[in-house]
Amino acid sequence: MALLQIAEPGESTAPHQHRLVIGIDLGTTNSLVATVRSGLAAILGDELGRPLLPSVVRYLPDGHSEVGYEAQAKQALDPRNTIVSVKRFMGRGLQDLAHREGMPYLFDDAPGMLRLHTAAGLKSPVEVSAEILRTLRLRAEASLGGALLGAVITVPAYFDDAQRQATKDAARLAGLPLLRLLNEPTAAAIAYGLDNAAEGVYAVYDLGGGTFDISILRLSRGIFEVLATGGDSALGGDDFDHRIFCWILEAAGLKPLSVEDARMLLTRAREAKEYLTFHGVAQINARLNSGEQVDLTLTTEIFAEITQTLVAKTMQPVKKALRDAGLSVAEVKGVVMVGGATRMPQVQRAVGDFFRQDPLNNLDPDKVVAIGAAKQANLLAGNGLAGDDWLLLDVIPLSLGLETMGGLVEKIIPRNSTIPTARAQEFTTFRDGQTALALHVVQGERELVSDCRSLARFELRGIPPMVAGAARIRVTFQVDADGMLAVTAREKASGVAASIVVKPSYGLSDDEIAGMLKDSLVHVRDDALQRALKETQVDAERLVEAVSSALARDGDLLSADERARIDHDIGKLQAAVRGDKRRQIMLAIDELEADTQDFAARRMDKSIRQAFTGRNISDLGSEAGEARTGETV
Amino acid sequence: MAVTLSEQAARHVANFMVRRGKGIGLRLGVRTSGCSGMAYQIEFADNARPDDIEFESHGVKVLIDPKSLPYLDGTELDYAREGLNEGFRFNNPNVKDACGCGESFNV
Repeated sequence: MALLQIAEPGESTAPHQHRLVIGIDLGTTNSLVATVRSGLAAILGDELGRPLLPSVVRYLPDGHSEVGYEAQAKQALDPRNTIVSVKRFMGRGLQDLAHREGMPYLFDDAPGMLRLHTAAGLKSPVEVSAEILRTLRLRAEASLGGALLGAVITVPAYFDDAQRQATKDAARLAGLPLLRLLNEPTAAAIAYGLDNAAEGVYAVYDLGGGTFDISILRLSRGIFEVLATGGDSALGGDDFDHRIFCWILEAAGLKPLSVEDARMLLTRAREAKEYLTFHGVAQINARLNSGEQVDLTLTTEIFAEITQTLVAKTMQPVKKALRDAGLSVAEVKGVVMVGGATRMPQVQRAVGDFFRQDPLNNLDPDKVVAIGAAKQANLLAGNGLAGDDWLLLDVIPLSLGLETMGGLVEKIIPRNSTIPTARAQEFTTFRDGQTALALHVVQGERELVSDCRSLARFELRGIPPMVAGAARIRVTFQVDADGMLAVTAREKASGVAASIVVKPSYGLSDDEIAGMLKDSLVHVRDDALQRALKETQVDAERLVEAVSSALARDGDLLSADERARIDHDIGKLQAAVRGDKRRQIMLAIDELEADTQDFAARRMDKSIRQAFTGRNISDLGSEAGEARTGETV
Repeated sequence: MAVTLSEQAARHVANFMVRRGKGIGLRLGVRTSGCSGMAYQIEFADNARPDDIEFESHGVKVLIDPKSLPYLDGTELDYAREGLNEGFRFNNPNVKDACGCGESFNV
């Protein structure tokens, strides 16, 4: 008998069509899986109800593996075959690895990513991560009673393409359909429902067991943009345990300890740390193997004092990240706390003091990333309409760009950019007094508009009349989480704006995308030549335009002879432009430029004489280095 | 004619409703689909429809459209755990046979 969940009004699914989705926090130390059931996001525990899965995989000689607590328990016994913190190896080569002397593993250098020699053979970090993901997948399937539609997996905001790709490969290997990779700080913000909030800047302070990350996010139209990240990969809750441990040694006047005694005291230290989160005083009692007895009282005041430097150490990256983002503390609207170590009152206090506001901390900081991932997965599954047109993107399959003069494509967002993303570029007008700009949005890798796919056209009107090139039109391409492209054009001086929303990937099948990519590779050289020709033609047309308008205005400065020569040059250039010989066009340009040099100088004199400050004489001559121009209306 | 919730089910519904932050109760229904003819629907209700039939069980308001009621009459909605899985189950005396999964049924 199936067990049913409550759906939102009108959202009931047909039998066997439940869109079961999960969110996975694939952590360095621990991993979690969560889902949204009857509208409530919850962590899925194991058979014993334990929410965490230690990110530990142990390989056995028979080829099998153990994952989680089972593997963690053998870590000391079988360190070489027990892989911990595999996340640090994802997408990394051997040369990328710091401190590898301290690790118990036998590494093998392979192109792209290192490998590990284990009892079960050579394993890549992708395979190790896949073991963790597979365990979580099985747990989720048992908990949800069916096969999964997909998962959202979180990755650190600073993960590069190689690390993200490795994570994707691990998901595929684990038989887990990946809906999307989600940045960890973004997931935390989503868990707090900040994606529904108004626009604003948020800080995510993530102090885990062994790492510290700070991320500054900007929320804009439901999309989180990572403005800056920072952190310390060797600073975490474990260091606080160690401070207490050192304090115990000193306060109790202990001699150097045996390994067992040290381990036990470290455990006592961690217990005291956790106790002090909710109490003012913690007792530390232990009887050592050496026969010594430890009886100490640790107060929150002492704890705060001995860990002051650690807390202060986290604030340095915070300040730097804010500076990198170009923001002040006052501009941060909210601070999200992530990671078990943020439970410590002195950490809460320090963060609160720095940001001059109480941090958001009413969710379990260990679970907040997985919860956010589950909510995102649910949103993606719920938003997706039934049918095949439901396409999820995590990168842009083809570049998105604008048509510029001469039918050329200016790429604004390059292929394979992870989404959501936003890019902007400035364009200007082509003619004096131009008041409108036509924007043609295209998709593809080729250099010419005619070889790309047209997505949309729209116009920006109401540009105040200005000299050609004086208008500053900022065109912003924004692709949101669902692959929706929004293009906005705004003229800076007047503020006039126009925008359009398009779905870039809809209607393009995988085969088409593959075909387009192949096409672009085949035609690289062709395209480059075509582009050069077009650019020269555009330059020529601009020159003709400029000289003609100068002649109309100041034609009286020329003798009949000079005028005839210039007219002849213009005619010759116009004829050359109509052909496809780039060299001929260039020669004609040179000729016209040479013959108009005197004219330009005379115009300059005239304008100075008449204090004609508003007229621009750079209309004449070369302006190849100027900002690119948009297509004129 | 009546449809009830077990105490367990009512407690879970109440909890979900609080966390959801809105809604007046639970809407139960059947629709024709699935491998054995009919399928259950269980949704949050944000408002009642004019012809809804209302029941109250352990403090939870249950709304059922009149067309669905004959198929659900006498049903107790329960909340159950099966291994790691948990969720709502219809104990429906009208069911003659159900598909293996129990998600769709016949009367």
